[in-house]
This record gives sequence, structure tokens and C-alpha cells, in this order.
Amino acid sequence: MQRIATLFDHFGLTWFSPFARLASGQEPKRQFQLIATTIGAPILAFAIFLFAWSLVARNVKVSFGSIPGPVAVWTEAGQMWKEHVAERKAAVDFYANEKTRKAAYLAKFPDRTYPTRKYAGPPTYIDQIFTSLKTVFIGFLIASAVAIPIGVLCGLSKTFMSAVNPFIQIFKPVSPLAWLPIVMILVSALYNPKEPMFEKSFLSSAIVVALCSLWTTLINTAIGVVSIDKDHLNVARVLKLGWAKKVRKIVIPSALPYIFTGLRLSLGVGWMVLIAAEMLAQNPGLGKFVWDMFQNGSSTTLARIMVAVFTIGIIGFVLDRVMIMAQQLVSYDKSRAV
Amino acid sequence: MPYLEITDASKRYGSREVLTGINLEIEKGEFVAIIGYSGAGKTTLISMIAGLVKPDSGTVKLDGGIVSGPGPDRGLVFQNYSLLPWLTVYENVALAVDEVFHEWSAALRREHTEKFVTMVKLAEARDKRPSELSGGMRQRVAVARTLAINPKVLLLDEPLSALDALTRANLQDEITSIRREDDTTIVLITNDPDEAILLADRVIPLTAGPGATLGPSIPVTLPRPRDRKRLNECDDFKRIRNEVIGYLLQTRDRSQAHLSKRLVLPDIEPEDLSRGRPAFTFGRRPVRRCEIKTVQVPEEIRP
Repeated sequence: MQRIATLFDHFGLTWFSPFARLASGQEPKRQFQLIATTIGAPILAFAIFLFAWSLVARNVKVSFGSIPGPVAVWTEAGQMWKEHVAERKAAVDFYANEKTRKAAYLAKFPDRTYPTRKYAGPPTYIDQIFTSLKTVFIGFLIASAVAIPIGVLCGLSKTFMSAVNPFIQIFKPVSPLAWLPIVMILVSALYNPKEPMFEKSFLSSAIVVALCSLWTTLINTAIGVVSIDKDHLNVARVLKLGWAKKVRKIVIPSALPYIFTGLRLSLGVGWMVLIAAEMLAQNPGLGKFVWDMFQNGSSTTLARIMVAVFTIGIIGFVLDRVMIMAQQLVSYDKSRAV
Repeated sequence: MPYLEITDASKRYGSREVLTGINLEIEKGEFVAIIGYSGAGKTTLISMIAGLVKPDSGTVKLDGGIVSGPGPDRGLVFQNYSLLPWLTVYENVALAVDEVFHEWSAALRREHTEKFVTMVKLAEARDKRPSELSGGMRQRVAVARTLAINPKVLLLDEPLSALDALTRANLQDEITSIRREDDTTIVLITNDPDEAILLADRVIPLTAGPGATLGPSIPVTLPRPRDRKRLNECDDFKRIRNEVIGYLLQTRDRSQAHLSKRLVLPDIEPEDLSRGRPAFTFGRRPVRRCEIKTVQVPEEIRP
């Protein structure tokens, strides 16, 4: 139990460790206190937030009607889930129907082929979440693939660093909304395969995510490489390790904790940027969802957008936790000894 | 011809002269201890032999060839071990073995690595990371890593200075036994005269910096094996010890204290804030303490 508690601490899930410790009968009084502060306080704050929200919702009128309160938003979320389930069922029914239709058709005309048809229903909210996740991961992968090698080079060579530094400083603060038109134009000009693997909107969004999120990884990698223990590099010199081997065996492992910090920050930035990029590029993800709802202007618009806001927030939080766990797994020493 | 030879080497960092006129000759199989004050340039000297630091003038020669850069023929045991914290004991040693003997078969390299891990008595800790080891164990890994590449010279840069006295004594014995088995040429840097005399064939003092240079070499004529406990009563030991310490003290007295940096003090003068100040005017300045006049209030008008 103690080990489980430490594991929780380790992965940043500090909320649960008092429960695990309590179960093992360790200082029950202290654990209750801990639970009160770590869990009681947030619950209280959340309750206050809900109360304030419903107060505002009741008293403010907007062009769409009234602002939905917490209950309305919760109901809307349930509604959206129902729509998703219904849509899935419709798809299943469609394909079942197609099957019987195909059989009937082929029985009638055995010498003809039956054209396969895809279900053309709209993407559900859940589908849109997955599109967003896919986009952000592709963008994140592109960003990492570019940023880590450049960061390592920056860390190893002062000349390279001073050559690249102005670009980093200038492009880092650029908003995704400024990149997007350029990227969209370039993607339409350059990406015209006969059978496209990706939608253009998807590709543009992913590239914008990459452009905005690569900087933190790049800078962190460079810092990680610069701050390698001089003695470790001397080990490489004494052993006469070749350049590639030095990078692989000494530089990268040594800078890995920094690189992961950078990746974690990058993923956070990427997720934030993604919504804006999707809105403009019309990539069928959460950003487009928010935009469509806004254009819709129905009575459920605000409730749906709020559901999206919470979804975005929670997914962002989960992504961050996942990256913390990954970081803990690769960090070689927790106490920073030697 | 000496095996390791330094001729008239000097090194300066910026305007600070660290080493001047270093001349050193070491025969093959000899164990030489260089002893000096902290900060005198001992690490610079051994880095010069290792090739990590280039001398400004003069040359370092090993086995007839001029040393122009670092290489595995001079095994340096770093002062702070410098183990790679993400690798296990075995992997740390294997990294060196695999690189230096890359033409060997994998099985042979594995065997060689195992041999040296076992030699420093770390077979049981072979899969541990450096952070899980004690200081003495870390130092042993560093020694194993260096010995495993079969260097021509073993360079030990204050290898035991960070260890407690008991571990230190243990490792001193191990260095002696390694020496007995292999007959390696060893250069040991230390700041402990007892350690130097216990281990080495010759002790050479390094004078206090700046511009440190090597003093006359003092041969340690004590018979081997040397027993730490009995050494304290041995007259020869006392004589050599006094000679080493005497020389070091004498050079320190000769080198005068000097300022390497001009100290610029802030242009601030203390002001007594309990005193009233003149109202704001241009050119107002704090009242200096020496300007404060103590006015004697006559006894009769005091409240």
C-alpha cells in the first residue's frame, strides 16, 4: 500500500496517495487532514464556481436566449452523447441494410458489381474529439522531429546556436492565426496527390500546431545539451567516441529530462493552438465544432460550446499528466546524485 | 628514455599563470604521487597528461610519442568519478570497453567487462545505477572503467578525496593490490601526504600557485608491502613525511598573498537615519558620521 502511495506521488496523482496511506493505517489523523486540504478545498472551490456560474446564468440575457447554467450544460452533454450513440446505431443499421441490399442486387444481376457506399452521416462530437487528438499528435510528432535534432545541434555548437537564435526569438511569439493562411496556401499548392492520405485542412492544422509548439522543445533541448556535465563530455573525449556515438550515448541521455520537459510544454501549447487552427482551417475537430456552434446560433449553442470548453480543458489536463508520467519514466535519477 | 615525460610545460588561464616550468620524468611501472595544495593546479597538471588540457608551451610525451589530445592510452580516473548516471555499473564499464576494443567479438568484450567489474568487487551491484551506490563503490566503478581499457598510464586525480577515512583506507589497499598485479605506471594526485607516501615510489610536491611548479622528487624508500598501522612508528616514514610537508610549507610561505582582482567597493557611505536630514535641495547628500557633532546639552536644561 505504501508503495502504491509512493507510486501515486511519483506520477503526480497526489490526490490519491492519502487514501492509499489511510488504507494501510498510516497516521490516520494526518491523512484525513491531507484529504481535507487536497480534496476538500478543490471540491469547495468547485461548488462556489458552480454557484457563481448559475447566478450569472440566471441573470444575464444574450442574443441566443439565456446563458445556460451548469445543469443545462450537463444535460446538453448527455444529449450530445445520445446523439453520438444514435449516429453510431444509424451507421450500423446503414451497413446492415447495405448488406441485404447488396445481396438482393447481386441475386438479381449476378453479372454486375454492386457499388460500395459509405455511410455519409455527420461526424459526432466524439469523432471530433478524436480528430482533434489525431491532429495534435501528428503536429506534435512533426514538431519533435524537427525541434530535438536542431536543439541538440544548438546545444553542441555555439556558432549554430547564434545562427539559429534570431529565428527562434522572432518566430516563437507568432500566433497560430498568422501562420495558418501561409500554411494553408502552401499546403494547397504543394499537397495535391491523387488519393490524398490526409485532408488538406487536417494537414494545415497539424503543421500550424507543429510550427507553434516546436520552440519550447527546441529551447529546452538546447539548454539540456548545454548543461551537460563537462566531465561526462570528457569521458567521451578520453574514450575518443565519434560524434554520432557521443550524441547517442552521452548527449541525448543526459539531456533527456530537459527534452521531456520541453515536449510536455510543447504538447500543452500545441493543444491550445489546435483549437484556433481548426476553427480557421475547418478541420473537423473541436475547433470547428465550436465555430459551427457559434455560426449556428441555436438555443443550445452556448451549452454546447461550454461542453466543448470543458472537454478541451480536461483533455489538456490529461495530456499533461500523461507527459509527466512519461517524464518520470525516462528520468534516470530522482535525487540527482553523482 | 623515460616512459612519460613532461618538458618545460606551462599553462595559463587568461592572465592567471597556473603552471610554469613543469618537468617530470616517470619510468615504466613507476608509481608517482604528486602532492600539493588545493587550487595549486594539480588537476590542470593531470589533465595536461591526459590531453584534455593543452599546455601553452612545452610538451608531454608518452612512450616516445607526443601527446596531442585525449585518448584511451592514458586512463584518467576523474576526481568526481564522472560515471554516467543513466547507465548501470556494468554498462558504464561496457561503454568504455566496447568503444576501445570495438574490434573484439561481443562475447570477448562481455567477458572482459565482467572481469573488471568483478575485480573491483562489484559483481553483485552490476545492475545498479550510480545513484544507488556509495561513494566508495562509485569510485571503484570509475577505476574499473579506466583499468578495463588497459591504459599505458593510470592517472588518478584525487580519487579518494571525497571518501570517508575507512573507505579511503580500503581503496588505498585496493590500489596497491591492482598495482602489484599489473605493474601499471600510475600517477596519483593527492593532497594527503600519508596517502602519497603509503602508495607511491616517489612523491613530488607541487608548489603553491600561482605559477606552480614541481619541487624535487622525494623517493619513498620504504619496503613493500607497507603496513598502514606500523608505518606510523617507522622512522623513515616520519622523515619522508616531514620532508614533504616541510617543502610544501616552505613554498607556501614564499608565495605571497596577492590580489588577482581589483575589488571595487560600492560608493556608499553609512548614514545615521535617526538624525534629521536637511529638507530636499539639489546637491543634498547624507550627513557623514564624522560630520555629526555631538552637542553637549547643559545639565540644567535637560528635561
